[in-house]
Amino acid sequence: MSALLDLYVQHFKTSLAAMLQYRASLVIWLIGHVLEPLIYLVVWSVVSNTRGGRVGGYTTGEFAAYFIVLMLVNHITYTWIMYEYEYRIRHGSLSFDLLRPVHPIHSDIADNVSSKLISLPGMLLAAVLLALLFRPTFHVVLWAVVAAIPALFLAFLLRFLVEWTLALAAFWTTRVSAINQMYFVALLFLSGQVAPLSLLPSPIQAVATALPFRWMVSFPVELLLGRLTPAKAMAGLAAQAVWVVLGLGLVKIVWRAGVRAYSAVGG
Amino acid sequence: MKILRLLWVFFRIGVMGELAYRLNFVVQLFQSLLELATALAGLAVIFAYTDKLGSWRPDEVVALVGVYFLVGGVIGLVIQPSMERFIDSVRQGTLDYTLTKPEDAQLLVSIQGVEIWKLIDIALGFGVLVVALGRLGERVGAWQAAAFAGMLLAGGAIVYSFWLILATCSFWFVRVENILIIFQSMYEAGRWPVSLYPGWLRFGLTFLVPVAFATTVPAEALTGRLNPQVVLGTVGLAAVMLVVSRLFWRAGIRHYSGASA
Repeated sequence: MSALLDLYVQHFKTSLAAMLQYRASLVIWLIGHVLEPLIYLVVWSVVSNTRGGRVGGYTTGEFAAYFIVLMLVNHITYTWIMYEYEYRIRHGSLSFDLLRPVHPIHSDIADNVSSKLISLPGMLLAAVLLALLFRPTFHVVLWAVVAAIPALFLAFLLRFLVEWTLALAAFWTTRVSAINQMYFVALLFLSGQVAPLSLLPSPIQAVATALPFRWMVSFPVELLLGRLTPAKAMAGLAAQAVWVVLGLGLVKIVWRAGVRAYSAVGG
Repeated sequence: MKILRLLWVFFRIGVMGELAYRLNFVVQLFQSLLELATALAGLAVIFAYTDKLGSWRPDEVVALVGVYFLVGGVIGLVIQPSMERFIDSVRQGTLDYTLTKPEDAQLLVSIQGVEIWKLIDIALGFGVLVVALGRLGERVGAWQAAAFAGMLLAGGAIVYSFWLILATCSFWFVRVENILIIFQSMYEAGRWPVSLYPGWLRFGLTFLVPVAFATTVPAEALTGRLNPQVVLGTVGLAAVMLVVSRLFWRAGIRHYSGASA
């Protein structure tokens, strides 16, 4: 266990050093990640204002709060691992990772967390600016904020496991971009990126609840906004925990099958 | 005419390069259709709660989505791949070969890469536009259609000049691909009328990154929202941008010294 901890610490250090060399790409990345929630924030504010300041249980200020918190939760849970795996498998650099005595998912998690730590100040600054510009209404519920800590942790883990498994599709096909796009479309609607889930038609809400999407992003957002009852919060945490366990199993099976399918020549 | 002939040559090269990978057509068609369906589904969610977005009726926003795909397709068909190649050729020194050719180097550089599958986006955008126009009915007259064509051309010229200016920076800086990515991510904002956005963002999307001229202005022309001043202003800006980007390109070429290819 302490060996694994050492590994993480070392990975943090190296990837921090690497990330700091590419500050410009971090800024560009930031623009992309602020822009999407910002667009939907603006669109829903316009809708809400034309409807007298309230639509589907959200006031204009609550929409602003929703999309600002969504932006931060997305930042915490987001991964780009599918692009990495496509490259690693196509170029064969995965062979080196396979030689190491530790499961490669650990270095991926460490990379993910360290790059987010670097971009976090920029993200928080963006959130503060958006808050000044759009004047969101927050209802801070203390227990919900506390409960959001494990919810965020589980959401990060769940999304990481799901997207890591998806990235392994590159073992079997080179056309991963079509697969990724399907996943992103599902994520867009089912994890509350286009609109809060309660504004979508109820069959879609049911699908979002049955699949892991809701638990990856939308659930911690609603919890932080104080929109959930304690019972719903507990049920949500339980759903997250179940999906994380299932995700771990899935990673194990798919990884084993993928490595068996993988072959590389030279290095 | 020479432009069209050269473009046709590069287009044929693009076709020959891609015909070896015919399955790509199916995959690209699928991806473009999925993207379009996503955009329309997003609109469906929003128009379930309102019958007007700002001053825009649903069919007008659908027409805007059509323009978004059409213009995005043109950018992806020739502007973006050509500029990416150009930046790469400056870094690698292979721009020398282009400069020795007996045609205008700016022209060659601007059309050297053709990503033929983007024709799918252009066709889809056109289809969406036609459907939306059919539903808008007689509100679109000859004047609107002419203004639309004019604004589309002017907007295309502005976007092209903008890309050329950014790409020309590669004569001085190495990593300009990153700046181009900014345009790509900002372009997404053009799927909505820029009049929705707050003033500072509208300014940025109009003058810093000319997304508004690429999508909103043509769509406004089509839906009869433009007054003659804006039409003239857009045409004027397009002319100025073309001249400025040309002058900047010339300055860049003078600065360029091949690192030997």
